[in-house]
Amino acid sequence: MLARRLALALATALTLTAVPLGPTGAADPPDIVIGSVIPLTGSLAQSGAGLRVAQLLAQDLVNGHVSYPLPMVGKSGLPHLGHARIRLVFADSQGKPDQARAAAEQLITQDHVVALIGCYSSSTTATASQVAERYGVPFLNPDSSAPSLTTRGLKWFFRTTPSDATFADNFFQFFGDLKRTKKIVVKKIAIVGEDGLFGSGAGDAEEALAKKYGYPVVSRIAYTATTTEVNAEVQKVKAAAPDVIMMASYLPDALLFMRGFKDQSVQPQAIMAQDAGFIDPNFVRTEGKDAEGIFTREVFSLDIKHRNHAVPLINQLFELRFSGKPLDGNTARDFMGVLVLADAIDRAASTAPEAIRTALQKTNIPGNLTLMPWKNIQFDANGQNQGGSGIIEQIQDGKYETVWPFDVAVSEPIWPMPVWKH
Amino acid sequence: MEALTTFAQLLVGGVLTGLVFALVAVGLTLVYGVMDVVNFAHGEFLMLAMYATLGLALLGLGPLLGLPLVVIAMFLFGIVVYRVFVRRLLSGPPEATVFGTFGLLVLMQGLAQAIFSSDFLSAPNPPFSGTLRFAGLAVSQASVVEGCGALILTALLFAFVEYTETGRAMRAVAEDRIAATLMGIDVQRINGLAFGIGAACVGAAGALLMLSYPVYPTAGVPFALTAFVVVALGGFGSISGALVGALLVGLLEVFGGFYLSPELKLVPVYLAYLIVVLLRPQGLLGRR
Repeated sequence: MLARRLALALATALTLTAVPLGPTGAADPPDIVIGSVIPLTGSLAQSGAGLRVAQLLAQDLVNGHVSYPLPMVGKSGLPHLGHARIRLVFADSQGKPDQARAAAEQLITQDHVVALIGCYSSSTTATASQVAERYGVPFLNPDSSAPSLTTRGLKWFFRTTPSDATFADNFFQFFGDLKRTKKIVVKKIAIVGEDGLFGSGAGDAEEALAKKYGYPVVSRIAYTATTTEVNAEVQKVKAAAPDVIMMASYLPDALLFMRGFKDQSVQPQAIMAQDAGFIDPNFVRTEGKDAEGIFTREVFSLDIKHRNHAVPLINQLFELRFSGKPLDGNTARDFMGVLVLADAIDRAASTAPEAIRTALQKTNIPGNLTLMPWKNIQFDANGQNQGGSGIIEQIQDGKYETVWPFDVAVSEPIWPMPVWKH
Repeated sequence: MEALTTFAQLLVGGVLTGLVFALVAVGLTLVYGVMDVVNFAHGEFLMLAMYATLGLALLGLGPLLGLPLVVIAMFLFGIVVYRVFVRRLLSGPPEATVFGTFGLLVLMQGLAQAIFSSDFLSAPNPPFSGTLRFAGLAVSQASVVEGCGALILTALLFAFVEYTETGRAMRAVAEDRIAATLMGIDVQRINGLAFGIGAACVGAAGALLMLSYPVYPTAGVPFALTAFVVVALGGFGSISGALVGALLVGLLEVFGGFYLSPELKLVPVYLAYLIVVLLRPQGLLGRR
C-alpha cells in the first residue's frame, strides 16, 4: 500500500517537473541537446566537478548575448538555427571505461543528443567514443591526451587537445629553439616513465622523436607508478649520465625520483616533465628549493592573456562559479570543446549527425580566438586538431613560469638547472 | 670500482627498503599469529595513521613528535574495530574475516575519498629531508630514520611477545585457543589487545612514512600488498620472520631492478615467494 502511494507520488512529481514552468513562446526553437560524459562520482569526481562547471559556463555564454573574442559566444544561441539554445545533459562515467560506455549509450538512445563531449581520462574516452561511432553520433574529445585515441580510424571522433605525442614534440622544438637562440646543445636523453598508458605512451613518443631529431636515448626506464622505492631506477639513470631526463610520473613516484636524484647527485642539465605529478600543488610544496629549475609541459596558462584578453575574463566568470578556483588546463580545454561543437552545429545549420560531422571536418578557428596556446583548430583525417601545441613552464622561485613558446613566454628559461643543494 | 660502489649503494638501498617493508609488515603478522585473521584493511589502517600524522603535523606536531599520539590513537582504534566488528566475524565461518576485513578496506578507502578527496598530501616541512653520506654512499636521512624505527619496533614487539605475561598469553592463544581458555586466559581480551597492538604498529609505521611519502586514499595499498608477500615469505605469525622476509624482498627488488631491468624488479620477489610457498608453505621462519 505504502509502496503504491510512494510510486504515485513519484509519478506525480515527475509529471509536474516535465511541464515547463515559464511561458513558452511558440517561436522558440527547441533546445539543441549535447551529451556530456564526465566523471561526476568516483576518484576523478573532483576533476569532473570542474569540467562540468566549465562546460556549463560555455553553454551559458553561447546562449547569452555578451560578446568575447571567442567563437559562438554572445550570439544568443545558434544564429543559423533560429537562435536555438544549446543544452548540456550530463551522464556520469565514474571514471570507469565500462560505465562511460553505458553513459554514452544512455545519452544517445534516451536523451537523443545530437553530439557527445567527453570524457577526461583516455580510457573512458576510448570506450564512450566507440559507442558514438556505432550509432553515428559526432564525438568531441577536448581533454584526453593518449596518442592512440586518434589512430583508431574512427569516423565520428574529433579531438581538439594535442596528444602526448605533440607535447613530446614540443620538448624537441624547445631544444631546437635553445640551440638557435642560446647556443645550448643537448645530446644524451634519458626517458623515465610509469608503465601505464600515460607514461609508456609519452615515453614511446619521446623515444621516436629523439630518434627523428637525432638525440641518442641513453636510458629508457619504465616503472610501476605505485612503487614504494626507486633505488635501481635512479642508479640506472646515474650510470647513463644523460644531459636531459624526460619524466612522466604521478606525484608519489615523482617525489621518490626527485629524492633519489638528489641523494645520488644525479645532475643533468635539465629535467623535463610531462605535467601530472610535477604540476600537482604538492610538488612545489614538498620539494621546496629542490623543485627549482624543473621544466614541465602544460596545456594552459593564464599567461595566455597576452594573446587573448578573454582569458582573464573567462577565468573570472569561472572562479565565480567554482568557489574561487581558477581555470586550469582541463577546464579551459573543456570550455573550448563546447564552443567548438556549438560552432560546428551552427555552421551545419542542422542537427543531423552527418551534417554536424561534415561541419566539424571544416572547422577552422584561429588560435587567438581560443583560450589555448594553439595555432588554430583544424582537424586532420583522423579527427586530430593539427594546430594544437602545449607550453613549457619552468619552476622559478616556487612558481610555474611560462618559458616557451617564446611568443607567450613571461620568463627566460634557466639552463642548466641549479646544482642540488645538500 | 664504480661497479662496486653501485653494488654497495644498491645493498644499502635494498636493506633500507626492506626495513620500511618490515615496519608495515610486523603489525599484520602479529594479528595473524594470534587470531588467524589476515586483516585485508591493514593498508587502510596505515593510510588512516598517515592522515592522522598529517593532521597533527598541520597543528604543529611534526611526524616524530606526533608518533606517540598516533600510536595511542591507532591502538584504541584497533580495539574498537575488534570489539565492534572483527569479534563478530570470528564467530562466523573462516571466510567471514576475509570478506569482512575486505569490506572494511572498501569502506575506509571510500570514506577517505569522501572526506579528504583524492589529492596527494604531504607533511609540511618534514624533518630529515637531507642526505646522509659515508664512504662514497648516499642515503636519505628519512629512510635511515624509518629503518631505525622498523628495527626498534620489531625488537620491542619481539620482546613483548616473548618475555611479558600478556605476550605469553598471546602465544598461548595462538597455539591453542581452547587450551588457553581452559587455563583461564580471556581470549577475547587477548585478541582485542593483539588487534590493538597490530594497529598501533601500523600507526608507528604511518607516522614514520609521512617523513618521505605523501598520503592519499589508496596510499596504503602498495605497502600492504608488499606486506602480504613479506608475511607469507617470512612465515605467517612470525615477527622475526617478517623482518627477514622484508629484508629479502627489499634486496631482491632493488638488485632485480638494477641487474635485470626496472620493469622486472618484482619478478625475483614473486619467484622467491613461489619457491618458498612450494618448498616451505609455512614460510621461512613460520611454524607448521
